[in-house]
Amino acid sequence: MHDSSTNNKKLEAIALNVREHIVKMSTDGGCFTGASLSAVDMIVYLYAEFLNLHKGNLSDPNRDYLFLSKGHDVPALYGTFAELGLIEKERLANHLSIDDNIYWHPNTKIPGIEFHSGSLGHLPSVAIGVAMDIKIRGGKNKVICIMGDGELNEGSCWEAVLVANAYQLDNLIFVIDRNHFQANMATEDLIPLEPLHNKFAAFGAAVSRINGHDFNQLRNTFGKYPFAKGKLNVVIADTIRGKGLPSIEARADRWFCNFSSDEVTQLLQELHGEHQTQLTSETLVVR
Amino acid sequence: MSYEELLTELSLADERFVVMTAENRALIRNLPKLLGKRFVDTGITEQTMMGAAAGLALRGRIPVVHALASFLSMRAFEFIRTDAGIPGLPIKLSAFIPGLLSDANGPTHQAIEDISIMRGIPNMTVFAPADEDDMVKMMPAIWASPKPAYTRINTRKTAYVHEPFEPGKAEVIETGTDITILTYGLLFEQALVAVEILKSEGLSVGLVNMRSLKPVDEQAILNVVDSCDFVVTLEDHFLTGGLYSIVAEVLLKHRKTANVLPFALNEKWFKPALLPAVIEHEGFSGKQVAETILGYQTKHIQPEILKPQFAE
Repeated sequence: MHDSSTNNKKLEAIALNVREHIVKMSTDGGCFTGASLSAVDMIVYLYAEFLNLHKGNLSDPNRDYLFLSKGHDVPALYGTFAELGLIEKERLANHLSIDDNIYWHPNTKIPGIEFHSGSLGHLPSVAIGVAMDIKIRGGKNKVICIMGDGELNEGSCWEAVLVANAYQLDNLIFVIDRNHFQANMATEDLIPLEPLHNKFAAFGAAVSRINGHDFNQLRNTFGKYPFAKGKLNVVIADTIRGKGLPSIEARADRWFCNFSSDEVTQLLQELHGEHQTQLTSETLVVR
Repeated sequence: MSYEELLTELSLADERFVVMTAENRALIRNLPKLLGKRFVDTGITEQTMMGAAAGLALRGRIPVVHALASFLSMRAFEFIRTDAGIPGLPIKLSAFIPGLLSDANGPTHQAIEDISIMRGIPNMTVFAPADEDDMVKMMPAIWASPKPAYTRINTRKTAYVHEPFEPGKAEVIETGTDITILTYGLLFEQALVAVEILKSEGLSVGLVNMRSLKPVDEQAILNVVDSCDFVVTLEDHFLTGGLYSIVAEVLLKHRKTANVLPFALNEKWFKPALLPAVIEHEGFSGKQVAETILGYQTKHIQPEILKPQFAE
C-alpha cells in the first residue's frame, strides 16, 4: 500500500508537470490541448512504470514499444519525454518552430517516438508488424498502441483487431483513450461506439475497462498483462477530455486550443487549483 | 527460374525476408510451408498488410508484399505513402495482374494508374518488367535496395532473353533512326512484333525496354530523341502519369521537344475480356501498333497472343 501511494504521488507530480507543458504549448499556434490532456495520466503511467523504455535503450531491439496512433495527443508525449529525460525540457519551447520538429503530430526526429502518426487508423497495423516480429524472434517485449475513441470510426482499426486475433498477438495492447469525443462532437451523438467492451470482446480480444486517470486502476490492469494467453489485450480507458482544467473539461469545442498568453497564465493557475480561467479566445471547432 | 523459385531461394538464404500477402497466393503457393512464421497472410486487408509491413521493416525485416495491383496501389495507397513512403522503409510491393493483365476482371481490377500514383510518392521506386525473364533478372536488385519499391508483376514468358538489370537503366533492345518505341511491361512482346513489321517495311527502328520507371533512364530517352525522328510510347496505363508523361517531363527538363505518338488508355478503362481480345480491342497488338504508325494496312500476320497463365 505504502509503495503504490508513494508511486502515485510521484506519477501525479509528473502528470501535473506534463499538463503544464501542454498548457504552455497551447498558444502561439496552439495544439490539441483537450485531446492531449485526456491521455496524460495513462501515458505517464506507461512510460514511468510499465514500459521497459528509457533514455538508455531507445534503439535496443529488446525494448518495449509504444505507438501513439492518436497522433494529436503528442503534446502529452513530448511533456512526458521532457519529464523523464528523453528530451531536454528546454526543447519544448521550440514547439512549432521551423528550426525543430516539435509539431502537431508525432515524428521520429524526436527521440522516443517510434513512428510518425496523424492519419488515424494506421498505427494499430504498424504495431501488429512489430508484435509479429517479436513473436517470430521469441522476444518478450511488449507493444502498446494508443488509439482515440473517435479513431475507432476508421475501419482499419477493426481490420487490425481481426488480424491481431488471428495471429494471437498477446504481446500487443491496444489502449483506447475513451474521452467520449470525436474531433468536434460527442462520439455517442455522431457514431456511437457502445457497447465498446462487447465489440472488442466479440472480435476475440481480452478486454479491460478502467478509469484512465486512476493510477491504481492503471497499475492493477496493466499488471495483469498478458490478460489471456493468445489474445490481443485491449484496455478501454475512460477519460475526460481536457482533464485537469475544469474550464475546458469535457467540451467539444476545446479539442484544439490556441490561447492568449494571459489565458495561459490563468490556466496554469487553474491547473494548481487556484481559480477558474475566464476564456475569451475563440473556440476552434475545425478539422 | 520463376518468381516463386527466386523468392524462395532468396528468402531462405536471408532471414530478413518476410513474405506477405492479402490473401493472394497465386505466385507464392509453396512459401507458407517453407518460410513458416516468415510467411504472413493478413487476409483481405491491404491496409493492415501495409501497416504491418512497416512494423516488420522497423524491426529490420524486408517485407515482400503481394496483392492485386489495383487494391494494393489504391485501397492501400495512403498506407503505402504514409507508412512506407514517409520513412522510406524497404517494403517491396509485388503488384499482381497490373494493367491489361487483369483481363476479364473488369474496371474494379484495372490498375492502370498505378505507375502514376506510385511514382508520385517520394522515396518510392517503380519497376515494370517486360516478361518473366526480365522480372527474374530485375527482382534481386529491387529486393536488395534499401528503398521501397513497387513492381508490376509480369509472369508472361517470351522468347526474348534480357540483359542484366541495373535500377535506373533502360534496356536498349535496338537502335534506329526513323522510329523508336519506348515501352514497358507486357506490351514489350507486342512491341517486338511491331518492330519486325516496321523494319520489313523498310524503316530503321529502335526499341527500348523502360523496365525502370522510377528512377528513369533520362539519358536513354534523350539518346532516342537525339538520334531518331519519331518516338512512340506504348503502355498499358492511362495516358496521364505513365511513360508518356515521364517522357514529356524529361524532355521539358532538358529543353527538348520531339514527335511523340502515345499508345495508352486515354481517359477510359479498357473493355474487359480475355487478354488476347483486350489487346486487339484496344489496338495494342504489334500489327495494330505498326500499322497505326505506318498509316496503312500490311499483309503481316499478328502472332498469336497467349492467354495469361494466372487468373485472379
